[in-house]
Amino acid sequence: MVKPYDGGSFDVIVVGAGHAGSEAALAAARMGCNTLLLSINLDSVAFMPCNPSIGGPAKGHVVREIDALGGEMAKNIDKTYVQLRMLNTGKGPAVHALRAQADKFLYQHKMKETIENTPNLTLRQGLVEELIVNDGVCEGVVTKTGARYYSKSVVLTTGTYLRGKIIIGELQYESGPNNMQPSVNLSYNLKELGFDMVRFKTGTPPRVNKLTVDFDQMEIQPGDEDPQFFSFETKVPVPNQIPCWLTYTSPETHEIITQNIHRAPMFSGLIEGVGARYCPSIEDKVVRFNDKPRHQIFLEPEGRDTLEMYVQGLSTSMPEDVQLDILHSVPGLQEAKMMRTGYAIEYDVIVPSQLWPTLETKKVENLFTAGQLNGTSGYEEAAAQGIVAGINAALKVQGKEPFILDRSEAYIGVLIDDLVTKGTMEPYRLLTSRAEYRLLLRHDNADLRLTEKGHEIGLISEERYQRFLEKKRLIEGELDRLTTTKVKPDERTLQFLQELGSAEIDNAIELAALLRRPEIKYKDIIRLSPSEKALPAEVEEQVEIQIKYEGYIRKQLQDVARMKKMEKKKIPPYIDFNEIQGIAKEARENLSKIHPLNIGQAARIPGVTPSDISVLLVYLEHKNKVSS
Amino acid sequence: MEFDTIAAIATPMGEGGIGIIRVSGSDAVEVVDKLYKGRQKLSTVDSHTIHYGHLIDPSTGETLEEVMVTVMRAPRTFTREDVVEVNCHGGIVSVNRVLQLTLENGARLAEPGEFTKRAFLNGRIDLSQAEAVIDLIRAKTDRAMKIALQQVEGKLSRLVKGLRQNILELLAHIEVNIDYPEHDVESVTRKMLLEKSEEIKQEIIRLVETSEQGKILRDGLSTVIVGRPNVGKSSLLNSLIHENKAIVTDIPGTTRDVIEEYVNVRGVPLRLVDTAGIRETEDIVERIGVERSRKMLKEADLILLVLNYNEMLTEEDERLIDLIKGLQAIVIVNKTDLPKQLDFTRLQKLLSDSIPIVKTSITEDEGMDELEKEISAMFFQGNIMKEDQTYVSNARHIALLKESIKNIDEFRQSIEMGMPVDVSSFDLKRTWELLGEIVGDTAGDSLLDQIFSQFCLGK
Repeated sequence: MVKPYDGGSFDVIVVGAGHAGSEAALAAARMGCNTLLLSINLDSVAFMPCNPSIGGPAKGHVVREIDALGGEMAKNIDKTYVQLRMLNTGKGPAVHALRAQADKFLYQHKMKETIENTPNLTLRQGLVEELIVNDGVCEGVVTKTGARYYSKSVVLTTGTYLRGKIIIGELQYESGPNNMQPSVNLSYNLKELGFDMVRFKTGTPPRVNKLTVDFDQMEIQPGDEDPQFFSFETKVPVPNQIPCWLTYTSPETHEIITQNIHRAPMFSGLIEGVGARYCPSIEDKVVRFNDKPRHQIFLEPEGRDTLEMYVQGLSTSMPEDVQLDILHSVPGLQEAKMMRTGYAIEYDVIVPSQLWPTLETKKVENLFTAGQLNGTSGYEEAAAQGIVAGINAALKVQGKEPFILDRSEAYIGVLIDDLVTKGTMEPYRLLTSRAEYRLLLRHDNADLRLTEKGHEIGLISEERYQRFLEKKRLIEGELDRLTTTKVKPDERTLQFLQELGSAEIDNAIELAALLRRPEIKYKDIIRLSPSEKALPAEVEEQVEIQIKYEGYIRKQLQDVARMKKMEKKKIPPYIDFNEIQGIAKEARENLSKIHPLNIGQAARIPGVTPSDISVLLVYLEHKNKVSS
Repeated sequence: MEFDTIAAIATPMGEGGIGIIRVSGSDAVEVVDKLYKGRQKLSTVDSHTIHYGHLIDPSTGETLEEVMVTVMRAPRTFTREDVVEVNCHGGIVSVNRVLQLTLENGARLAEPGEFTKRAFLNGRIDLSQAEAVIDLIRAKTDRAMKIALQQVEGKLSRLVKGLRQNILELLAHIEVNIDYPEHDVESVTRKMLLEKSEEIKQEIIRLVETSEQGKILRDGLSTVIVGRPNVGKSSLLNSLIHENKAIVTDIPGTTRDVIEEYVNVRGVPLRLVDTAGIRETEDIVERIGVERSRKMLKEADLILLVLNYNEMLTEEDERLIDLIKGLQAIVIVNKTDLPKQLDFTRLQKLLSDSIPIVKTSITEDEGMDELEKEISAMFFQGNIMKEDQTYVSNARHIALLKESIKNIDEFRQSIEMGMPVDVSSFDLKRTWELLGEIVGDTAGDSLLDQIFSQFCLGK
């Protein structure tokens, strides 16, 4: 029997030092809270159990937003990448997305270093088994080794460790990712506290030894020569990028999989967890899309100082021997030596509709949850929730108003709103198509949207804030100049237009109107009419985007205005939805479960129709008049 | 509380009377001003004044109706918002046209009970009516939902759903190119987008043209009168028309030609088609008449089946009753001036619940009122409003279809202009959403479901 002892008091305790936990702990500490960060194993701080990469469409956007708020992920990847690429450059600015391959080990190392050197932040190894809850309020945690830590708020960021189970073919055993120790008792504790939990699954592919790969049979995928960075503050690139490689499955691969399908846990019934549609195992892909002749496979380096390569596209839970056969059937991997076996992992997830938009749980006060524990997938999605949970845990301690981002302000807002208002049936992944205001939530304007807020909260330093204000001033100044300065149809202008293949003008026209023409770029405009002094590239980029897409941006802003009107109509906490007879039963149930904060959120709940909203409005007005 | 601007027909339909279109909301005056031509602009007139003028179609400049327009400014109005009422000649054609114009110029068709709801939310109606308002919204919406299942709407619904699926597949393809840029999924090209969107646009235009409302307003509800010889079909026809067109004699088989006649029944335009009694006959001339009648039955918008009060149901009657099952029909049991022989219990059993029965004695001019009411009710599909407005579901569809065309045009323009596809796709998505409002499908995750079922995607 372990004898419990008093481990001390803190303001905020964060359980789990993965991507969510790291952001949460850093945010709380930087806001001035005395923070404790617990991890089952200090060697897995900011560990990347799966794809050694950060970013991509929507995910990359989120990383920028985290940076704009004052979080750490962007800075960390900017220090530790092995490759940087901008994707979707052939499409509009709303979907330009940055993606980096990380040096996994260095990524972890640097994050741990940052955490260790942050004031107000204590890093300790410890496995939390139980929460200390009194009268529906969380007051601390208890670890396996007997420590009782007390705090004013607790943030759970346990990733995929809760009752984790690894499955490889016919084999299954309790484990966290990558053979780490799982967290079992905490999961039971949460169920006892009354939380609904579901079981999800995710998977990872094998790793192979670089020296045994024949790259001649593959296509090279290099990084960008002059890369952009994730953080707005990064100025210096990491030298010497390492490429990725592309190959494909062969008909033999498909043969092997089909012949061994009875040994695949997905099809043998061994796996009960729900996996994501967009992260299917290779066996899944071959079975569901069996008319597709071949599937892409990317070889990604896991770091500069290791030979391990990640085989993207070959996520699997087939038995080890089958995995070897599969690998050897892929062009370029015929002689590949497997260093780590691929596996599927099942884990417990807390149904996220049990959370407020602040990520505080509805059942237990001062308890926050973030990351894969809430049913998301991806490091970026986890980090986004982590920073919000950390901020709100700290704000709660400080007795301040909570921090909530809405769907028009950030992908982070879309993510959290989707989780808490709609819930999720499978591991949730961000896609740009989830954002109805995608044109407003761009990679390039994350700071314009969020740095002000980051500064208010206390995560953005005064110097950074001043730099930001200066950038804003320059943008506004140039926008103003372009919208008020006119050019006349004189010879110089007409020649300029002719060179660019653009239509003539009869009257004086604003520079902005010219910039709106698709064939004219900003760099052309400043040739015709230069600005007072040279502007930084990011300022020019903003000006160009805001003018060129003004029409569509305005349309989106109109939609946003409508949405905000709905969000202004608040729903008081004491409303009992079951009393409202005019609302259909299913809608009533969902409204009660979620208890939306305003009409806007109510309208997004699945099963709630516009007529239900009408009735709700009438009911609220009635209640309002009765009480006044 | 501030809302958008809504419009609806505020009066039940009447033949020669005045029809009122009510517009309420912050843009009410502006919307109607776009359509109105009179001595003064409506934006300049005093509140609570009425003005004579004409209605024009702003897109063509064509002058349409003579109207009287009342302008009432907030807060002393029914809804406490600005309210403009356009009074025009009754008859569904003109009133609907006015409504349609408001919908195309900035107003939205009001939902069931919406005026009353606003009146309440803006404090015009007092507390005790709150419950009643909720019931009102609920009841009207339920009825509106039942409408969606009716045959006429069912067909439109099917067509719209098919069209939406096409748009969704295109959207999914665009989105996959965006969210999975490195995947081996073929990239959408400008050519492909322009081609597909043109196809889609043409389909929507076709939908607008074939939409029931257009047909009815232009051609009238095609109405077939069927029944055994001598039950009073021709008398019925004459009564509805008020003059002798069909030949009425006592001898069966006298009405040889198929006659068409237009008539206005309480504002509902009917195109009446008389038929010979549907029965087997050796006379070739008669047989031609009979076959043509059968064809018209299937294509009719409304069937009036006439039975004889004074006879028991015959095999032929029962065959006819069977023929009209599932169609829009009214059963008229004529000759109530004679002794009753018809078994009504049996008749009820054979008919489905949705087919109303009207008892008449046409020669005595009895029951025609009920019949006309039934016809009018059927056209408005049970939505004759005593309360605050008349709800014509088809107007809503047409407005949404037209709005969809606008959006898909914007999509095409933007692609042609060289806008990146992820920006233009906004208009395409809007088109899909608008069509979704027609069929009541507001499910949020359809696009994601489509993406993952159409394409094999990895991490």
